[in-house]
Amino acid sequence: MKVLVPVKRVVDYNVKIRVKADGTGVDLANVKMSMNPFDEIAVEEAIRLKEAGKADEVIVVSIGPAQAQDVLRTALAMGADRAILITTECPVEPLTVAKLLKAVAAQEEPGLVILGKQAIDDDSNQTGQMLAALLGWSQGTFASALELGEGRAKVTREVDGGLQAIEIALPAIVTADLRLNEPRYASLPNIMKAKKKPLDQKSAEDFGVSTAPRLKVLRVEEPAARAAGVKVGSVGELLDKLKTEAGVI
Amino acid sequence: MAILLFADHDNGTLSEQTAKALTAALQIGPEVDILIAGKGAAPAAEAAAQLTGVRSVLLAESDALEHRLAEASAALIVGLAAGYDTVLAPATTTGKNVLPRVAALLDVMQISEITEVVSADTFKRPIYAGNAIEVVQSTEAKKVLTVRTAGFAAAAAGAAAAPIKAVEAGTEGAELSSFLENMLSSSDRPELSSAKIIVSGGRALGSEEKFREVINPVADKLGAAVGASRAAVDAGYAPNDFQVGQTGKVVAPDLYVACGISGAIQHLAGMKDSKIIVAINTDEDAPIFQVADYGLVGDLFDVLPELERQL
Ligand SMILES: Cc1cc2nc3c(=O)[nH]c(=O)nc-3n(C[C@H](O)[C@H](O)[C@H](O)COP(=O)(O)OP(=O)(O)OC[C@H]3O[C@@H](n4cnc5c(N)ncnc54)[C@H](O)[C@@H]3O)c2cc1C
Repeated sequence: MKVLVPVKRVVDYNVKIRVKADGTGVDLANVKMSMNPFDEIAVEEAIRLKEAGKADEVIVVSIGPAQAQDVLRTALAMGADRAILITTECPVEPLTVAKLLKAVAAQEEPGLVILGKQAIDDDSNQTGQMLAALLGWSQGTFASALELGEGRAKVTREVDGGLQAIEIALPAIVTADLRLNEPRYASLPNIMKAKKKPLDQKSAEDFGVSTAPRLKVLRVEEPAARAAGVKVGSVGELLDKLKTEAGVI
Repeated sequence: MAILLFADHDNGTLSEQTAKALTAALQIGPEVDILIAGKGAAPAAEAAAQLTGVRSVLLAESDALEHRLAEASAALIVGLAAGYDTVLAPATTTGKNVLPRVAALLDVMQISEITEVVSADTFKRPIYAGNAIEVVQSTEAKKVLTVRTAGFAAAAAGAAAAPIKAVEAGTEGAELSSFLENMLSSSDRPELSSAKIIVSGGRALGSEEKFREVINPVADKLGAAVGASRAAVDAGYAPNDFQVGQTGKVVAPDLYVACGISGAIQHLAGMKDSKIIVAINTDEDAPIFQVADYGLVGDLFDVLPELERQL
């Protein structure tokens, strides 16, 4: 069985981004970029399936600018077998990404697609569910455990009240939550080896998918800032302030 | 301009998040129907019918819908969508699971986790862990939205009940997935997403036992819900549903007490809209103090028991 893992190049999670003064977006010039952390978890899960003999090949795919090659190389260094880069001129919406991934799935015929549950830039949390819809497949989202069986998989999901176990028919879409696994670091020899692994370059046009956005971003604003607070010297002072000044207890 | 609100409930009770999402829906337009998909869900439907401003409640019941798994729920909603311009749901784990599937089946882009309704087609939503707010307009024939409920007051229950209509549950999608079991945390404390006060613990707590020993008594005295940072959850000090943050729960209580939490961007994303924030941390330079109204530099193992005594 092939496992397909889509990965996104995003602002590194440690970066505190700035909104552009003219409100047209977020300033990404000279900002550190990395693989979306949830996608690292997805890649790790796929590699573990291969190591356990449950998957034959791990294919990573990224949709984005030419520099998204870097995150594909990272995934290859972690242990993925080959990569596909679909270049697009502008940022693409989750629905477009899902349509492109559907086209890739039609060519590769994976038994499982594992995605991160959300990208930490647009925080949409949509792509996996949309891909499942377009393929007519089942979905196991926000997964913290995955067990593959014959034709079906058991997925433990992180839900608002705790955990939920479901069984889904294969082929399926799984989206990774934080506690699915701890992704490995690529070793130096593996980083060197990854440079020789195949990386296929395509463009969105090759798949006949329009990348025109459906939504119109009118502007991007700074969030409301909090007024500066004070330090208190003791528990007594804290309680006094909470009662008399803030009135919250 | 009719609006369909896909409700969050557990068959027996309607979650408060549904009432909050209703407030957002009513800011978009006046004709709001609430869809209760479930099994044995009449109590939830009756509670929904009581909410002020609801036009009618649609009740769809089947085995496949009992746990609102995505495949059957999305098929149901898509079947009803012709009568609506907007489909929305609270951004709970159910809403987040189901609605993007609906959006893709309708071939429209979803707008996730709106925090403000600017107009019937324009919404504000946080991006980059809440460090930027996007004002986004949808010109799609149908709008599919999830609502970040922390910023909306719950619609009140009124005197007159809206009519409840049974709708065909259908069987589509049911073969794709099945429910096995829920492993839910049980607690007598208020729910995190609707609590007025939250006491949260971080990595500094050191173990599950200490987390319980030190955080719980203070929470109990305050009638508060208990939250946690990702580090505390990853380390097993607290269950996953306690996680507050960018990728956990987003909360905005009257009072949030962060104990031994450094204040990473991802944590702040989940709590920085709280009315009053208290931080207790040994490190006076911890970033959490930048958002705290009241900061107490000190060891939480001294401060919290003292706090409990003085309450
Ligand atoms: C993709 C992604 C998603 C994430 N999502 C979330 C999320 O949703 N929620 C979230 O919380 N995090 C999230 N994180 C993790 C986040 O980046 C931080 O790692 C995490 O919030 C740190 O938790 P912490 O503050 O408990 O631990 P630390 O950062 O280790 O802080 C511990 C704090 O305790 C203080 N301390 C130590 N001993 C004591 C004592 N005795 N008394 C008082 N104070 C003490 C220290 O000074 C320190 O400030 C995410 C990260 C990634 C990459």
